[in-house]
Amino acid sequence: MSVKLTASALAITAVAATSAAARDQVQVAGSSTVLPYASIVAEAFGENFDFPTPVVESGGSSAGLKRFCEGVGENTIDVANASRKIKDKEIKACAEAGVTDIIEVRIGYDGIVFASDINGSGFEYTPTDWFLALSNEILVDGKMVANPNKTWADVNANFPAQALQAFIPGTKHGTREVFEDKVILAGCEATGAFDVLLAAAEGATDKAKHKAAEKACISLRTDGVSVDIDGDYTETLARIESNKDGIGVFGLAFYENNTDKLQVATMSGIVPSTESIATGEYPVSRPLFFYVKKAHIGVIPGLKEYAEFFIADEIAGEDGPLAEYGLVSDPELADTQTAVADEAVLGSNM
Amino acid sequence: MTDATQNTGAVAPKSSLHTLDARTKRRNAAESRFKFYGMVAIGIGLLMLVTLLTTILSKGTGAFTQTFVTMEVELLETKLDKTGARDLEKIKKVTTFGYAPLIKTAFEKTVEAHGIETDLKSKAMAKILSKSAASQLRNYVIANPDQIGQTIEFRFLANSRVDGYMKGRVTRDSIANDKNITPAQLDFVDQLIAVGALKKTFNIDFIIGADASDQRPEAAGIGVAMMGSLFMMLVVLALALPIGVAASIYLEEFAPKNWITDIIEVNISNLAAVPSIVFGILGLAVFINYMHLPQSAPLVGGLVLTLMTLPTIIISTRAALKAVPPSIRDAALGVGASKMQAVFHHVLPLAAPGILTGTIIGLAQALGETAPLLLIGMIGFIASNMPETVGEGLLSPNSAMPAQIYEWAKRADPAFYERAWGGIIILLIFLISMNTLAVLLRRRFERRW
Repeated sequence: MSVKLTASALAITAVAATSAAARDQVQVAGSSTVLPYASIVAEAFGENFDFPTPVVESGGSSAGLKRFCEGVGENTIDVANASRKIKDKEIKACAEAGVTDIIEVRIGYDGIVFASDINGSGFEYTPTDWFLALSNEILVDGKMVANPNKTWADVNANFPAQALQAFIPGTKHGTREVFEDKVILAGCEATGAFDVLLAAAEGATDKAKHKAAEKACISLRTDGVSVDIDGDYTETLARIESNKDGIGVFGLAFYENNTDKLQVATMSGIVPSTESIATGEYPVSRPLFFYVKKAHIGVIPGLKEYAEFFIADEIAGEDGPLAEYGLVSDPELADTQTAVADEAVLGSNM
Repeated sequence: MTDATQNTGAVAPKSSLHTLDARTKRRNAAESRFKFYGMVAIGIGLLMLVTLLTTILSKGTGAFTQTFVTMEVELLETKLDKTGARDLEKIKKVTTFGYAPLIKTAFEKTVEAHGIETDLKSKAMAKILSKSAASQLRNYVIANPDQIGQTIEFRFLANSRVDGYMKGRVTRDSIANDKNITPAQLDFVDQLIAVGALKKTFNIDFIIGADASDQRPEAAGIGVAMMGSLFMMLVVLALALPIGVAASIYLEEFAPKNWITDIIEVNISNLAAVPSIVFGILGLAVFINYMHLPQSAPLVGGLVLTLMTLPTIIISTRAALKAVPPSIRDAALGVGASKMQAVFHHVLPLAAPGILTGTIIGLAQALGETAPLLLIGMIGFIASNMPETVGEGLLSPNSAMPAQIYEWAKRADPAFYERAWGGIIILLIFLISMNTLAVLLRRRFERRW
């Protein structure tokens, strides 16, 4: 019997040895916001080129960049999608694993919208409203106190007395950072809480104080009013369908596919749309990126072609399929195209 | 003695069988209560099953039909092959974007031919078609370059909104804020239905096709993921069955009973209870990072699921071997068979039905597993073509049925949701037939002593 066991073990090793051949498809992972765009491009790429259709996985920007920085080689991914810029910390981690030449590609902009159940009441928000609704501590009579607000009417007298309930992206999503930066922090500054926090902040330098105050600003209440959603927007939508009072944070493209279930709120008086985001009127938007390992270009067939195809005018341009799906096309697309053609890497004055 | 008590009637002693004393009544009541609880439990179970099945069927059957638009397209030489040399490399240079004008022209001609009156521009008309229409045309032209210049009838998929309108999911009210379709386009759809150019029919591509991107849910199919599952099951069967059976025969029939075998036994039982995601992490670390097997490949998925299925097979095989009475072994040894002959000629054939049942149930469990696939890259947008060879099937990236269902369920367009339920129906059909096979095998061949 032991002969048979050894034979089986040998069989596995044999299969393993022969199959370690070259990978011929591009492997992509990362942001779930970029995933729909990347899959549209991957599909068109597979149709129009003789290369196989790239494989696109999701999992979040941070998770994707972490896998990206695992090293160079066929068993690592070639492209990481991200809904935020790569952090210095991540570039460092990449470099330590031998991933030094990274090509950054900005594909366009994406709006973050606040939406609630179609049959509920509509809202016209400002960042201040969100800060007062979700922050752990707010400024009352010159002092920081634990957030006492229970309903939207407490936050802003113009709002209905609807219970506060927000479904926001979890910390592994790039969307969360944009929400913190452009909404909560902006509201923190607008209410004057930031100055109070800065005065009270501890730290050796001004910069450290500033950082501490920002951190205090974006610490959200933990009493169940703000719920982190670690899954995708479909989960947020399901939460709103079961709790009609809930307000969710979505990507613009997701909202546009579900206009029969959701109504969108304005931010500072502007209705989110590809146009208002392109002009910069709508404040909560962010650039979307993907990162390419230069070391894999020439090794993995089709990698450079995929990167160039992604930002070609017919794909990422104003009339392309990505814009049709909800991407706000980048006015500086031509620069990005040259940068990719030249394989300009991060840090080389890009 | 009982007769006597019956005759005396009124002065019935406590031992009478006819008049129940308080304690017997309580015992009987407890028994009927228990029966009632049991029936309630079964009732709740059945109710849940019925709810589950009706939900799945009502939400999923829509995925099996799809709306198609039939029309004639002229394959203009000026657009597709300017040189006229029919050079395939040149023809391939025309991307799917180059085919869009042909479809617009085709719509204008259709409207003219059927005498439809509409204010829509041809661009808006073409929007009721799936984005896959252009690639369908291009594939046809590349496969039949000699047809350039001809007018050919094509059957295109309608886009997911139009399809939703045909299935009642999309109404004129629900599209009030929708950018992707207008009421005027729905009017045009109604006109096309009237002339018979737009129909909802059975959609074989859902069962045999590949996944599609977020922009064309109507073109997505589960076929390629089904092949992924099939290849994984082949790997599991080819590895788990021989290893599992060999291990259990050795442990059951040959191994000395000592502390080492005891430890092995306990660990096999423990392994059966390990959550499947753990095997996924192991697969990533060992098969992909250490052994450098390709990512997203059914081979790796199969290896991971083999680890998961092995304990199930070993446990059921050992139970089947144990159920063969010792007298069979003794008789075989008594007529001069060696131990190995006794096992392979007598015990194993009698245990085979039990072993097969266990294997099928193990495979069914592996077929429905999603979690370990997450870590080895089999969940995501994987729209490969149908594998053509076994090697390609094992090594080229693919998804699996449950992974595909999960992937669809989280996409934005509601049309994908319908396909997720449709995928569940197909997966359930597989699971039910595997389990039925297991039951039939057991009924037919199992012997009891």
